Formats: sequence, C-alpha cells, structure tokens
Amino acid sequence: MTRTSSSDAPVVAGAPAPAAARPSRLRSAGRLLAGRVVSAVVVLWGAATVAFFAQQLLPGDRATVILNIRTGRAQRRTPEELEPIIAQFGLDRSVLQQYLDFLRGLVVGDFGTSYQQFRPVTAILGEQLAATVTLSLVAIAISWVLMVVWVTLTAGRGPRVGAVGSGVDVVAAGLPHYWLGIILLLVFALGLRWFPVMGGTGPAGIVLPALTLAIPLAGFMAQATRTEFERALEQPFVVSARMRGMGDTAVRLRHVLRHAVLPAVTLSGWALGATLSGAVVVESIFSRPGIGSVLVTAVNSQDLPVVVGVVTLVAVVYVVANLAVDIAYTLIDPRVRLS
Amino acid sequence: MTAIDTAVRFERAERRDVPPAPRLRVRGLDVGFRVDGAVRRIVSGVDLDLAPGECVAIVGESGSGKSVTARSLVGLTGRGAVVEAEELSLHGRDVRRFRSRDWRRVRGREVGFVLQDALVSLDPLRPVGAEIAEALRLHGVPRGERRARVLELLAAVGVPLPELRARQRPGALSGGLRQRALLASAIALDPDVIIADEPTTALDVTVQAQVLSLLEERKRRGASIVLISHDLSVVARLADRILVMRSGSVVEQGPSTDVLRNPVHDYTRALIAAVPSAATRGRALSPVAPPAAALGSSRPAPAAADAPVLRARGLVKRFVRPDGTETRAVDGVSFDLAPGETLGIVGESGSGKSTTAKLALGLEEPDAGTVEVLGEPWSPLPESRRRERRRLISVVDQDPLSSFDPRWNVERILVDALPEAERRDAARRRARVRELLELVGLPEAVLARFPLRLSGGQRQRVAIARALAPRPSVIVLDEAVSALDVTIQAQILDLLTALQRSSGVAYLFISHDLGVISHLSDRVLVMKDGVVVEEGTAESVFERPAHPYTRELVASIPDLPLAASAS
Repeated sequence: MTRTSSSDAPVVAGAPAPAAARPSRLRSAGRLLAGRVVSAVVVLWGAATVAFFAQQLLPGDRATVILNIRTGRAQRRTPEELEPIIAQFGLDRSVLQQYLDFLRGLVVGDFGTSYQQFRPVTAILGEQLAATVTLSLVAIAISWVLMVVWVTLTAGRGPRVGAVGSGVDVVAAGLPHYWLGIILLLVFALGLRWFPVMGGTGPAGIVLPALTLAIPLAGFMAQATRTEFERALEQPFVVSARMRGMGDTAVRLRHVLRHAVLPAVTLSGWALGATLSGAVVVESIFSRPGIGSVLVTAVNSQDLPVVVGVVTLVAVVYVVANLAVDIAYTLIDPRVRLS
Repeated sequence: MTAIDTAVRFERAERRDVPPAPRLRVRGLDVGFRVDGAVRRIVSGVDLDLAPGECVAIVGESGSGKSVTARSLVGLTGRGAVVEAEELSLHGRDVRRFRSRDWRRVRGREVGFVLQDALVSLDPLRPVGAEIAEALRLHGVPRGERRARVLELLAAVGVPLPELRARQRPGALSGGLRQRALLASAIALDPDVIIADEPTTALDVTVQAQVLSLLEERKRRGASIVLISHDLSVVARLADRILVMRSGSVVEQGPSTDVLRNPVHDYTRALIAAVPSAATRGRALSPVAPPAAALGSSRPAPAAADAPVLRARGLVKRFVRPDGTETRAVDGVSFDLAPGETLGIVGESGSGKSTTAKLALGLEEPDAGTVEVLGEPWSPLPESRRRERRRLISVVDQDPLSSFDPRWNVERILVDALPEAERRDAARRRARVRELLELVGLPEAVLARFPLRLSGGQRQRVAIARALAPRPSVIVLDEAVSALDVTIQAQILDLLTALQRSSGVAYLFISHDLGVISHLSDRVLVMKDGVVVEEGTAESVFERPAHPYTRELVASIPDLPLAASAS
C-alpha cells in the first residue's frame, strides 16, 4: 500500500505559543468592545425611531394637542391660534425633515421641550432619572446579597432543606410589587416606625422601596442559581477541593458559587430594565421622585417629547447594563470568548 | 531498575523483622445510603491494611463499591451515607470519632486523594496554580512561600514550563499535564497515604504510563497508595496486594502476583480472562457464550483476491483553528479493507483516527483523496448520490446513548434502520427485528424499553443490531467498547467476532486501546498527528514495531503477569 506522507511537516496540535496569548486577547477584547458600541448605537437609533414614529401615528392634530395640553382645556382651535405653535415646533415641515431634526437633536443631547412644563426634556429627566437608577441599582445589589446568602445556605443540603429553599424562591419570585410594597410600608414604616413613611431621597428612604423591588428579583435569580449551584456541587472538582481539606462552606463560597452565578449575571442585565418599569409602581407607593411618575404623567397627557426621551434613555441604560453583564461574564468565566 | 528492586526488597526484608504498624487499618467496613428511610447497603465487610510504602489496589467494575470504600476512608462518603466499622484507623487514631474539623486537618496533609480526569477534577474556572496553592493555604503555608512551592511541585511531577502552566486553566492543558497538576495538588503537603481513584481512566496509554510512574516514584519514597481501578493491567504494575470487589464485598484478596496468576474466585478469573490482548486473539474473552444466532454457520472465507469493500486513497482533511492557523487532522491516509476483515486504527487523542472514520463514512468531505465503497466512488460525491448506498456502511459509536433518540423505544430505533422494503411489510419487519435481537443476544422484552433504561452493555448491543439492520458490508466502530466495563467489553468483543464469522462483515475498528485493537484486528494502522506512521498485520505491528512511536506505544502497554494460559 502506498503511503503518501506529505513533505511539509505536520502541524502538531498543542498549546499555542504562550507569548502570543496576551496581546491577542487584548486585541480581541478591543474588537469586541468596538463591536458592542456599534451595536449599541444601532439599538438606540432603533428605539428612538420607533418612539418618534409612534408619536406621528397618534390621532389628532399635533398643534391642537399641544395647545390643549398647555391650556388644560380640550376644545377646537382656530388656525390663528395654532399658527405660533406650528411655527414653534416646525410642524409644517415634512415628516422626514422633522425626523432628521429629531435625530440631530438626539446626537447633541437635545430631546426637545416638554409640551406641558415648558422646560427642556433633558432637565426634567436629569432630575428624575438619577433617583430611579439609584433605586434600581440598590435593588439589584440587595437582591444579589439576598440570593447568594439564601442559595448558599439552602442549596444541596438534602431534600427537606432544598424544598424549603426552592419553595421560598418561588413564592418570593411571585410576589407582586404593589402588594409587597404596601405590606412593607404598613409593617416597617407605619407599624414599627423603622423607616420614614414618605420616601425622600435619603439612605433610610430607599431601603423599603429597594426591598420591594429586590425580593421578587432575588427569588427569580435564586431559582436559576440554585439549579447551577446543585449541579456544580456534584462536580468532581468539588470532591477534589474537599479532599484537599477544604470545608463545606469554603467550597461553596470559593468554588461552587462562581460556577453558579453565571445565569444570575445574565438575568441582572434584564433585571435593570425590569426594575426600571417596576419602579413606576414602587415610586408611587412610597411617593418617591423618579422617572416612573414622570413617564405616567407624560403618557396620560400626551407629552410626547418626554415619552420619547424616557424611552431612549431607558434603552441607553439597557445597553450599558448588558455590556457590563458581558464584561462580568468573561471575568467570572475566562473560558468564554465572546464573538 | 535493579537498584530500585533491591531497595524495595531491602525494605521488605526489614519489614519481616518488625512488622510496621499499618498507616491505615480497616476492619468490617459497612457503608450504606439512606434512601427513602431505608438504608441500602453498598459496601459490606471490607478489611484493609495499608503498610508504609505499600500499594493496595481495589479492583472491581462499576457499581462494585470500590469508590465508596475509598471515600469512606477520608470521611467523604457522601450525603445520606451510613458508615460503620469495627475498626477504622489512620496513623493509629480512631477516625470513627472524627468531627469535620479533624477530618479537614487530615485530608490533604495526611491523605492525598487523586480523582480521574483532571478536566473535571480541577476547577475549570481557576488556574491550576491556584488549585495547588489552595491545598497549601488550607494547611497553613504562609502566602509568601506558596508560589515557590507551587512551581516546585509542578516541576516535581514533571510539568515543563511550570511558571506558564501554573497560570493556565485545566482546559488549556493536555490530559497528561492536567493529571500531573491534579497529582501535584494532592501531594502538595507530602501526605504519606495517597488514594488514587481511577487516576488513569480516560488517559492515553503513554500518558497513563507517565502518571503510573509518578505514583511509583511516590511509593518508592515511602508513600502508601490505595489504588482504585477497573483496569487490571494498571493495577498489576503498581500494586503489592489486590482486593477484588464485587457488589460491595471483597471476593478475593492477596499479593498481586498470586491474585493475577492463580486467581481463586470465579469472578477474578473472569475479570482476568476478559482483558483483551494480542495473546487472546481468536479466543473468547467471556465465559458467557455469544448468542447462538450470531455464531451462525461458518465464516464465508474471504478470498484474498476479493476486491476491497472500502478503499481510501490519500485522504487529507484540514481544519482551521480558532487562532487562524491551519492544521491537518488527517494527512495522506490510505488503506484497503477486505471483506470479512478487521482493520484496526489505533492512535492517541488528536491523532486523526476519528476524523478518518468520518471521512470513511462520508460524514466529512475530504480536502484531497478519495474513498471507494465496493469499488464505486463514495467520497467526494454529492450526498444525494451517496444516500441510496448508505446502507452499505454502518457505524457504532462510543456512547450509543447520545446516538439514540431518547424518546424512541428500541423497536422504533431498529425499525428505523431497516431498508425501506422491509420496513413497509409488517410481517417481514417483525421477523427481521426479532432476528436482529437474536443476533445480538437481547430478549424481546427490550423492544418496548427506552435507551435510558438499558444497561451500558444492552445499549451497545442495540447499537450493533441497528448497525446490522441494513445488512452492511462495512461497520465502522469508533471506540465502540471503550466506555464499557471489562467483562461487558469482553462479551461485546466476543459478539463482534462471532458476527463477523457468520456474516462476513468487515470492521473498521477505531480505538485508543491497544489491547482491544490487538485482540480483534487482522491488520493495524498506527496514526499520529494525522499521519499513518506504521501499518501491517497485528502480529507484526505489536511484536516487531518498526516506527519509534509504535515502539513507545507498545512499551507503554501495561503487562498482565499472567500464567501462560489463564483459565
């Protein structure tokens, strides 16, 4: 039998040249970041565009609507009354032109003027957004603490403890914000007087609203984490660590947890968006300032520049959150190469 | 070698004068697991002594209780375990009274534990250096000294470039380096008892030899070793004494040469006879005879002039790695497979043997070269033209479970593989399915069962029945017996031999296991890095290896010091 052995040396499969590993990793991280920024811009443009054309599709004459909002009365308007409004908002131009103007405004950070408040949308959002984002971030942080402690204590401890653990997860995940918020308010603010009844922006004022958002989220994340946690506990590397003399708690915290939190990290990106919308209910229960109440008022009164501004900013938050999730993911599991 | 032998003999001579206290002493060990209130006994009445510098092997098949026994020795039997013993002492201390804090001090420092495949036995998210340093940290080695100790340990177990390797994660290391790193983490505190639970399972034979010599070296330096394995040949090399376990009890124990050469218990005899090797060619490995149907009449003698059923010429398959470089997984492979012949392809992981199988099956298209089946072109050819002749060539994989649809029962699996004509006709279909079951020795009751509910051996029989269903000329067997216990493997090998004799089907048999290859193959191809480095009859390749790589392979086959004819 003829054996054709090629003249060029066979490429020996093995570890890549070690020196090349680091720079190429940096380069791929840079390429990754650039790709993410491009896709983020596309997402934001899409969100803004949808918001803009949605307002074009609303029934009624825009100028009439604006004038009615300002005066607070719903009535027919004469062309003479409408003329200054049309001129002010450039409503006589083509939709395309208005759209391009709108995009130009977004690029330079000008979201237009509120119909109702006669103030720039950016100013209104600036006041309120910080409060809501703070609430969301605090809520997510609290839910992580609750989730990690609860899962580490109850996962993989036999059928009885496990049933209690996952039972609590399910109940917590199913609690509606408005009910939980009111219960917390009645018990801890009105009953025990540990926290102020009326919100305020101080550290004490944020605890109950943040808990209201955090408890269902913690239950939800715990369900995903618990499955992974129990899977990781069964892995041979856990036995190896125990055989080295590591205690059960140390194994859980130093080895297992890192494997188990990956799904929760993914959920956190989504959770930031979910808590922003959950904030609408919570802020009204605890009378907190925030984007939620701004959005509700704006939608009710058709104050469209504000609505568009909120939608776009929420999209920004989402995009940033997901980028942070991706980075956290690669830090926790360095084997993951995002492409 | 002679110096070492003398040293060992000297040590033994000393021992005869004053028997040293055993480091580990076990009497009447019973282990059970609590299931729904009742205790299910897994291990009963195990006695074990481990003297300084001694290696005791526990041999048995899956489910024999050997791993549970090993874990009970370090108090990590698992949740719901009930461990009872008349005596269980380590270094003279009664460990039955140990609390978890006492155990933590013992594990790692007095007893090192090595598990199988480090890919899963080391935390895949952490650099291996951190795993080794963890053992040092747990036992109070100050932070400043750990790094240097880690590098020392890696060097001591023969890891080249320790500084680089310490920073890498297990996934970036080869199987051999990984297993060494795992060993380094187990011996970091220089324990004088090492428990190794299947330390070489899933490793290539040359890597296995390296790991065994590392353990041998620890033993020479005075460590006592408990070696758990299903593989008698691994055990033969290292063990002074062997315990054979079956369904939770020790059925035989004694000095390893006695147990291997003059086995007393039937089960031990069956285990030893089941190990395939060049010496067992043409002999049945299992006392269980293959089904009568498989034996058939006689082998339709393949005339030497017969045209090959499968012919490969100059096969090349390239792959592009993630970093952009190109690698040739298969590089200029040619072979002929005659009717009724078994061609073994042997090689280590990454040698290209499985890719060769895929090219032969027409599942991958070659970048160069051709495959012919029964003298007609097969690959490269559009799949549509290949499809009607697919029945000529079947496949049996290593893990049949993943090649079955889990929602199909055995009957549906087999019917699906029948040729169209037989599938349509209800009477012929039933008859053929029954015939296939008889061929592979399965009862009709399995027809309604699902793959998940079958044992490993039964699954492999179903896979073989499925491969036989279209009456192929060639069956490609890719590591088809590698995941089976040795006695089950023996039955399947006997079955394959019988089926070939009665039906004249040709086998392309791919394996990393040289024993299996030399038992079954008429001719052998040895592959390394995608290239065939040696080929010839099984006899010539294994008895007179010409290529240095083949010589290395053959030299790493662990010998079984058996009596000339076992059983």
